[in-house]
Amino acid sequence: MKRHFRELSVTGALLLLLLSLAIFAPNFFEPQPLLSRLTAAAPKLVVACGIALVILCRQIDISVGSLFAVCSVSAGLLAAAKLPLPVAVIASVTLGAVGGALNGALVAGVGLPSIVVTLATMVTWREGLRLTQQGVFVNLPDGVQWFGLPMAAGQGIVCGLALAVLLALAYALRFLSVGRFVYAVGSDAEAARLAGIRPRLVTFGVFVLLGALTGLAAVMNLVQSPQVDPGTGRMLELEAIAAVVVGGVAVSGGRGNVWGVLAGFLLLACITPALTYLDVKPYWDKAIQGAVILLAIVADGVRRRKLNR
Amino acid sequence: MSPLLKLTSVTKSFGAVRALKGVSFDLRAGEVHALLGENGAGKSTLIKVIAGAHQPDGGTLEIGGQRVTQLTPQAAHRLGIACIYQQPALFPDLKVSENIGLRLEPISLLRRINWAARRERAAQLLQRLGADISPDAEAGSLSMPEQQLVEIACALGAGARIVIMDEPTASLTQTEQHRLFAVVRDLRADGVGVIYISHRLDEIFALADRVTVLRDGESVGTRDVVARPSSVVRRVPNERSARPHPGPLPQGEEVSQPATGLTKHATFADPLTTILPLPAGEGRGQGERVLEPAGLSDSSPPPITESELIRLMVGREVSSIYPAAESEPGEVVLSLRELGCTASGVKKITLDLRAGEIVGLAGLVGAGRTELARVLFGLTPADSGEIQLNGHPVSIRSPQEAVTQGIAYVPEDRRRHGVILEMPIAHNLTMAIHPRLFPGTWLRFGAERTHALEAMHDLAVKAAGPDALGGSLSGGNQQKVALARWLATRPRVLILDEPTQGVDVGAKSEIHKIIRRLAQEGMAVLLISSDLPEVLGMSDRIAVMRGGEIVAMMPGGSDAHAVMAAALGQDRGES
Repeated sequence: MKRHFRELSVTGALLLLLLSLAIFAPNFFEPQPLLSRLTAAAPKLVVACGIALVILCRQIDISVGSLFAVCSVSAGLLAAAKLPLPVAVIASVTLGAVGGALNGALVAGVGLPSIVVTLATMVTWREGLRLTQQGVFVNLPDGVQWFGLPMAAGQGIVCGLALAVLLALAYALRFLSVGRFVYAVGSDAEAARLAGIRPRLVTFGVFVLLGALTGLAAVMNLVQSPQVDPGTGRMLELEAIAAVVVGGVAVSGGRGNVWGVLAGFLLLACITPALTYLDVKPYWDKAIQGAVILLAIVADGVRRRKLNR
Repeated sequence: MSPLLKLTSVTKSFGAVRALKGVSFDLRAGEVHALLGENGAGKSTLIKVIAGAHQPDGGTLEIGGQRVTQLTPQAAHRLGIACIYQQPALFPDLKVSENIGLRLEPISLLRRINWAARRERAAQLLQRLGADISPDAEAGSLSMPEQQLVEIACALGAGARIVIMDEPTASLTQTEQHRLFAVVRDLRADGVGVIYISHRLDEIFALADRVTVLRDGESVGTRDVVARPSSVVRRVPNERSARPHPGPLPQGEEVSQPATGLTKHATFADPLTTILPLPAGEGRGQGERVLEPAGLSDSSPPPITESELIRLMVGREVSSIYPAAESEPGEVVLSLRELGCTASGVKKITLDLRAGEIVGLAGLVGAGRTELARVLFGLTPADSGEIQLNGHPVSIRSPQEAVTQGIAYVPEDRRRHGVILEMPIAHNLTMAIHPRLFPGTWLRFGAERTHALEAMHDLAVKAAGPDALGGSLSGGNQQKVALARWLATRPRVLILDEPTQGVDVGAKSEIHKIIRRLAQEGMAVLLISSDLPEVLGMSDRIAVMRGGEIVAMMPGGSDAHAVMAAALGQDRGES
């Protein structure tokens, strides 16, 4: 109970928000618009879970937004070339993993700071895409949107994929050795090394996984519209990092879990519609989100200082 | 005339650790006063008290005859105290003149900088030291001794009357040392009081006028190195200052032989005040060295010899509290042949470690003991020589290989690297044995908990339970957890690095019993410790390291004096 206080308090805040919506704006819970909102948000949740792993390892990745766009456009072009959808999906995930591996190799292999490495790859992917694509949208053929299924089924698949990723990561972090090692490396890489763990391998691994998840998220996003905007994914990294931080993953590494990320993600995602439904002026949206993030960081800072008394 | 600096019964504690238990010390104008003591004797704490970085808990501090309380680093600086640390603290990207300017010019955010004056002043100071350093050079481009000279220039420029030098020669070559000594002698001739910290006895005999020995946070004696008449000043109020200087001081080479060459200066000795009374703490048998003022007869106390100095440093008896070995050691488990690692300065280590044997690694901080441990654990792999395990040559290039070969390393500084503070004890305990404890794909929390409870019971870890975080434990219990983690790997060779540092007395003795029990069960233990009685008491054999090499092998229970002499390099002869 005490150990998960951080996650529980975010969940509590989320429930409080949902409760006030249930009382003051019950039509927030109408199934169809709710499902649409969840589906639209699902790819971001997948990316946020990946970033959570990287932050647990005491690293950061701000290139996911650009990588997301590269994967989206590539998958879109493949689909537009009439290749079967699974091929496009595999290509997108692989491309994402390669992008993640590049970051991972530079961070874990060469030993460069992840913030600069991913800043460089962020700009490179984005500008490279602008150069090749010239801002032209990719029109997708029929049968791509919602995987060629009825919309409700497509939405179900997208949300189901996000849930599957969430469950898989939650399981791995808790029940696999490698999950334990992620926490150890994030807490203290040198101590982990002295305990016989390979911190650089673990770090490389989480970057690759984040890349692959970004590629998957790109597909989950792609199937929701008839065309691909090459400018997609802007600010995605910031939204994902915000959800991770609010969800109780310590930026200093080694603490947190994906359930907290889910709660933090939903909390931030609900603020915008909640303000609309609760008739608050929408200008307050970003300010409130900012305040929530700040509160989360302060809470973590206080906690960390207590531990290092 | 009062001494420049006088400390009386100064005490200082950090939490439960009493770093200074009553130190009395004084520094006169125009003398070099050496400060000597084992690792952890309290030297660093003492100089930090003098420099205003720590506030003493008790005792008095007088500077220039004035009682000072609440000394801050700024106030110490104003009072003319300058500290020169082993690693010069210059800003590497700034020029020498800028570095000096930053130290000496008043801090004011909006003051216009007079670059010409700043440069001029720096040049003058450096010239006064006879240093051939351009004020326009970037500090980072200077060699270590040059950087030290810049630090000394800062001290000069600030008009320091008290200069503290903390192992200034640790990284200098012989020639550079002599140049530094000349500067120190010039400072002394200008009436500056120099507190000189060094482990090298030859330096102390070459340079110092007096020496104070610290042991376990107490000053156990202040003695003349070269008897000189400086104390006359205190006795006869109207006599002129401490000069005449007893001629040019002998060069380092001349006096590096023990004792004999030194007494020739004894004619200058004043009968009085050459020995300060010992602090009124526990009488530990040094009584015979407390010489009473002998009136005006010529029975002046002789200057101290190297051998006496070492005896003062080690002082204590090895008590019988250490658990004794009950069986003979068995086969050789680990055998090192001319093992070396250029990167970490480990040279030509040849050592055999037998099953059931505890070999102590003694030596001063920086002697290469931890470095050797890191080579054996594959953290900085060896680049020459051979490691054999049970008679077979092995290559250890990574910690994983070391673990596979049955080598375990419990690192020093456990608060940082021994346990992971944010993780529960159970997770910490199973960290190194995942493949064995969890043979399937996933973790089994039941098995983990059982293992943790057993391990905690086995080593008597006091904790709320296996789920308590590593950071919630006391130092001794953290050490037990770090130890238990490695015992779980069932190692053949266990390397312990400072296993009882910062651990309270009770836990310390428990850890000693555990170590002996492990050896008894057939483990080969390599014990690194700066706690000399611990090394002497626990070890079956003692390897003394200095400068990355093993310089002596001694049987367990050896004389502390002999071990310390080897660690200090007393038997090295002329340097």
